[in-house]
Amino acid sequence: MTDTPLNMVEADQTLVTRLRAWWSGETANPAKRVQFDRPLTPWLFLLPQLAVVVIFFYWPSVQAVTSSFYLEDPFGFGSTFVGMENYTDALNSSEYLGTAAFTAFFCVVVTTLALSIGLLLAVKADKVIRGAESYKTLLISVYAIAPPVAGLIGMMFFDMHMGPLKDLAAFFGYDLKVGINYWDTATALIVIAVWKQIPYNFIFFLSGLQSVPVSVREAALIDAQSGWRRFWDITLPLLAPTAFFLLVINITYTMFDTFPIIDVIVKDKPANNPMTLVYKVYLDGFKGNDIGGSSAQSVILMGVVALLTVLQFRFLERRVHYG
Amino acid sequence: MQKIKPFDHLILILGVLFLCAPVVMALMSSTHAAIDIHSNGLSLLPGGNGIETYTKVLTHKGGFTGDVTGLLMLRNSLIMGLGFAVGKIALSMMAAYALVYFRFRFATLLFWAIFATLLLPLEVRIMPSYQVMSELHLLNTYTGLIVPLLASATGTFFFRQFFRSVPDELLEAARIDGAGPVKFFIDVLVPLSKTMMAAIFIIMFIYGWNQYLWPLLMTTDESFYTLMRGIKSILQVWVGSQIPDYNEAFALAVLAMVPPVAVVVIFQRMFIKGLTESDK
Repeated sequence: MTDTPLNMVEADQTLVTRLRAWWSGETANPAKRVQFDRPLTPWLFLLPQLAVVVIFFYWPSVQAVTSSFYLEDPFGFGSTFVGMENYTDALNSSEYLGTAAFTAFFCVVVTTLALSIGLLLAVKADKVIRGAESYKTLLISVYAIAPPVAGLIGMMFFDMHMGPLKDLAAFFGYDLKVGINYWDTATALIVIAVWKQIPYNFIFFLSGLQSVPVSVREAALIDAQSGWRRFWDITLPLLAPTAFFLLVINITYTMFDTFPIIDVIVKDKPANNPMTLVYKVYLDGFKGNDIGGSSAQSVILMGVVALLTVLQFRFLERRVHYG
Repeated sequence: MQKIKPFDHLILILGVLFLCAPVVMALMSSTHAAIDIHSNGLSLLPGGNGIETYTKVLTHKGGFTGDVTGLLMLRNSLIMGLGFAVGKIALSMMAAYALVYFRFRFATLLFWAIFATLLLPLEVRIMPSYQVMSELHLLNTYTGLIVPLLASATGTFFFRQFFRSVPDELLEAARIDGAGPVKFFIDVLVPLSKTMMAAIFIIMFIYGWNQYLWPLLMTTDESFYTLMRGIKSILQVWVGSQIPDYNEAFALAVLAMVPPVAVVVIFQRMFIKGLTESDK
């Protein structure tokens, strides 16, 4: 703390220089050594993207924040300012908290399973020589299947009449009731969500593994005889950046991209079925016509996503710099 | 070198079975009759009803939806996938070009304004987005289906990274030769980015093709239905029917998954490049 004055002077200077640079369009670390210096042309190039971003991103986002402070009349007779009421209502409702708890549980289970199975398959695919390409193609191809299609196929597998998984459960003396029993539905959602996400993790882990230099691999082979030791001491630390990146992506996936799977399995009948926070935003907004409440939930989610993205961004920059 | 261990192959085979068996079973079951599926369950072998089912799904009107055929939905999905991919590449290349190659006022501010879109996925702001679309009278239009999805900066971020890795000497040389910004962009940068464009195109095509929530909200007019939207309708018809049209549902699922899966398998190398280098 003794050198605070010096630091402050430095900070002030950088702030002023930064502001000046910002105003003139120079950044401390310009993207290119040489740049075009024209006042108008860059705006023309930016115009289409800016227009789309302003109309379809900023406008709705601002509206979400504003309407979260209002109580909209369901019959369209104007709206009343209610301050933070929509937020306190959401955060005090046991239904909302239950959904939040399920979302957290869903994220932990799906992320853990999808990451570990993806990693296991990548490690094995990296090891084998015979048939490596065929395994790779087969394992990757599922990536392209849309979540609603995955949901539809999954639903058939858990179907009451013809689902093989229902028969399998019955064989072990369990009566699987997807769509009626809370935890049965949750199981189905988890299995389908994990199934859909494994290829993505597999691709990234495999490309991470294959970028490990041959020299490191050979050294590891000499130093550590046991495959497990090699995996824990060498492979896993080298994969850590990839794994961290995937962790954020998987959480985002489970929170948002599983929407179609839930919609197909739960089918607008949330009665006694689990769902995620995003699905609740949709249900309350479109089916329940509770625009204020839905918006408040949106804003709460925005906070969560912003946090996740900041994590991801920090990491992306690092990954880009150090390869 | 290590020895080949049967255990490794066993795990891989189990993985492949877990991932691919459901797809194969969906494909095979789609060629059976609905009653057959209802009484015998899903099957691993092809049945004799395939041509009939697919003809019905592709060309028959008024089946599970009012007046839309599978062929029309296929066309709409294609428009959605291609339109999204092309639009995304055009918008984001131009924006990234301006951000990387120009020195101008507010550049940093604009950079953050565009990249802030990565903070909020569409799912979080669907309700207000829907209201904006209906105020702009864009419901039930292709513009409404495609353009709002372009508002995320994923592509821009990717091309920005790529342009930054392009050697500065190229611009110096082009300027000595007297090329202006537009000429440099079209004659040097675009040809240079061809592989990157192809890789991004594949990712974005799949992304556009697989959209579900947005088409669900945007289209009430059946002539704008995509295959994903069709899946929602076929399930809605199920409620209350004695023996649901399992075969037709499977056929629709197969139609919806064959094009993107084919793209990934055929352009595998490019797809992996686009995926791992753009970081989504």
